[in-house]
Amino acid sequence: MAMFAQDLEATELRLGLPGTNDSEQNTSSTTLVSKSNKRPLQSDMNENNDSSPANRSDEQISQPPPSKTQVVGWPPVRSYWKNCLQSKKTEAEAAGIYVKISMDGAPYLRKIDLKVYRGYPELLKALEDMFKFKVGDYCEKKLGYNNRSEFVPTYEDKDGDWMLLGDVPWEMFIVSCKRLRIMKGSEAKGLGCCTP
Amino acid sequence: MSEDPSIPSSSSSQMSEDDDRSPPLDLIDGPIPSSKSRNCSGVSGSGVGTSVENTVPYPDQVLENVLENVLCFLTSRRDRSSASLVCKSWYRAEALTRSELFIGNCYAVSPRRATARFTRVRAVTIKGKPRFADFNLMPANWGAHLAPWVSSMAKAYPWLEKLCLKRMSVTDDDLALLAESFAGFKELVLVCCDGFGTSGLAVVVSKCRQLRVLDLTETEVMDDDVDWICCFPESQTFLESLMFDCVECHINFEALEKLVARSPSLKKLRLNRHVSIGQLYRLMVRAPQLTHLGTGSFNLSEGMAQGDQELDYVSAFAACKSLVCLSGFREILLDYIPAIYPVCSNLTSLNLSYANITAEQLKPVISQCHKLQSFWVLDSICDEGLKAVATTCKELRELRVFPVNAQEDAEGPVSEVGLEAISEGCRKLRSILYFCQRMTNAAVIAMSKNCSELVVFRLCIMGRRRPDHVTGEPMDEGFGAIVMNCKKLTRLAVSGLLTDRAFSYIGKYGKLVRTLSVAFAGDSDLGLKYVLEGCHKLQKLEIRDSPFGDTALCSGLHHYYNMRFLWMSSCSLTRQGCWAIARELPRLVVEVMKSNEGEEEGDNFDTLYMYRSLEGPRDDIPQFVEILRPGI
Repeated sequence: MAMFAQDLEATELRLGLPGTNDSEQNTSSTTLVSKSNKRPLQSDMNENNDSSPANRSDEQISQPPPSKTQVVGWPPVRSYWKNCLQSKKTEAEAAGIYVKISMDGAPYLRKIDLKVYRGYPELLKALEDMFKFKVGDYCEKKLGYNNRSEFVPTYEDKDGDWMLLGDVPWEMFIVSCKRLRIMKGSEAKGLGCCTP
Repeated sequence: MSEDPSIPSSSSSQMSEDDDRSPPLDLIDGPIPSSKSRNCSGVSGSGVGTSVENTVPYPDQVLENVLENVLCFLTSRRDRSSASLVCKSWYRAEALTRSELFIGNCYAVSPRRATARFTRVRAVTIKGKPRFADFNLMPANWGAHLAPWVSSMAKAYPWLEKLCLKRMSVTDDDLALLAESFAGFKELVLVCCDGFGTSGLAVVVSKCRQLRVLDLTETEVMDDDVDWICCFPESQTFLESLMFDCVECHINFEALEKLVARSPSLKKLRLNRHVSIGQLYRLMVRAPQLTHLGTGSFNLSEGMAQGDQELDYVSAFAACKSLVCLSGFREILLDYIPAIYPVCSNLTSLNLSYANITAEQLKPVISQCHKLQSFWVLDSICDEGLKAVATTCKELRELRVFPVNAQEDAEGPVSEVGLEAISEGCRKLRSILYFCQRMTNAAVIAMSKNCSELVVFRLCIMGRRRPDHVTGEPMDEGFGAIVMNCKKLTRLAVSGLLTDRAFSYIGKYGKLVRTLSVAFAGDSDLGLKYVLEGCHKLQKLEIRDSPFGDTALCSGLHHYYNMRFLWMSSCSLTRQGCWAIARELPRLVVEVMKSNEGEEEGDNFDTLYMYRSLEGPRDDIPQFVEILRPGI
């Protein structure tokens, strides 16, 4: 079995350059020299060859990082500004799924992009941060939230029905959600709030 | 804070202190003087009708009245600070006549203390987060909340007219309180702020009926689906400046058009990228008196093809005879560039830093910009484009070259060639920010000799620790020449391969340097030591990923009270080193923090951020911040 696995690795199709390995990518500026000696392809073009030997011979310099990962906050260009520039290139893919979100009792609406979140836990955390409340735990068995919190996150789906957040799988949710509403617990009883 | 009228600048450079020579505010930690209650309408020379609280009546009423009248003309912060130190009666007089309050660090002094000392303030500027927060080096929710300031000012300065904020956290509630509390509110300037949405804007524009300036620069505004443009009063407005180019939400164009039509005083208008060129045309014909224009997308609206409706853009620009400052071009359609030709020869400020254009596309524009003093551009114009700038723009004072591709190993379209060309052609240069992939000492030395007026020199060689690409040597000599030859230099940012030698130069020659940014540089503690011991005027020091440790940190003990702040992240500091500082300097707030929220508690930390303060540890720290406080 082990031999078979090795063969598989050799034939594996990956996006990295030959010889590079995911585990060797730099994630922080203080990481020591990584093992790969390959430079990303794009910088080979028009590169002044004088600079590369000088680069590599100096022990202080960490290996040129692979083109994919970058050091946090470097170069020091404000991310706001960078996003403006990038957004033009990737606008096609970056079309978000914007939904309005309101909370009972709060004077302001918000709009959020559901595409930004990977799943319910992230979304719930963002809602909690945005509106400063606690959502309580979703209990799957009893199909509802325990009412340790008075607020219950709900959403309106394409059919106009009000559903409890978390009822359907995430992928189904983000295509069917029209808007979100954080209801006061008392109103959400019908949706399946369970008592502890 | 006073703007030099000969150099029209964007709002963000209004907040920069590089042109203002005054040092930090030296607040005296003495008994808070009782403020005599007086007629608050402007300055009154008469001492009649005063009710003195606890002070002994001073002998020379006449002299004090004269003093107050004279002090009204004193605008410089440094001068006012000096005046306040002469004696108690000058301290009081100065406090009563200070109408503009500048708070360089919102945590250095409390709102209560500031408003108690200065009772007649009409304009306030507050700065919050350290600059490295812009680069994701600090988690969100660190602090710099506007709320306590707004609530104090609401009581102390009901006549407040102007508020300028930089890197502050502002909520919709804060804006609502502001709008409620200040009946005569006139100017709101928000630079690099966040935390609020269009709801907050709506409240401000609807309630502040005297509003003449609303400037949002590089500020994040959440989309609450509120049509804030509609919330301006229906009648004629006093608007002189409306800048919302950073607001990412769609706006109601019809409402905007009507707003511009009923704002006869409007001189500055910066549109966001959702305003198409056709819409821009409609606004320009209504407001030919504009002096500052941000063009929005400078492209057709979605779904429209060129030739559908060809408007006379050239005439629209030609009609704007007072236009001196042009920016925008967020999604530029190159075919329309010639539209701006009529205004080029009058421009003193041009910002093309969102327009990915080549040298060939730039040349017809820049060759007409003889009067240009400020130019922001992308490196897509290459060295050749910079040569064109150098050929024509002999009056250039400020240049910023931003990278299209902000990555370490990207191709570098600009290099030492462009820098050298600029230094040859633009001898009056005062401020430069230059991103590049490769550089030489020779070019930097040339600039140091050609541009003796340099006040701000910020060079960012994007490859970390990259040496002179021709000689292979460190960049020490280049930066050394800058501090040696540029006698007026107050702000410096270094990059590339730098040894301790570079820092010895900075310490030895950088006697006027107030702000220093260091990243991935230096060999040992000596580097930092040179700077802390040599740069007597140093106020703001931000360092990341450099091998400076506790010994170096201790070498600055004599100076930290004179600084606004010190930031050191991913250096070689230990907790003990930071504790040593905290013990020695009780008036310093020593914050240690992790870069990521939710990291486990532990002894190590990523960042040291310390600043002098009259108030001691703040009470609003988030979970990832710890304040080292001796005695606790």
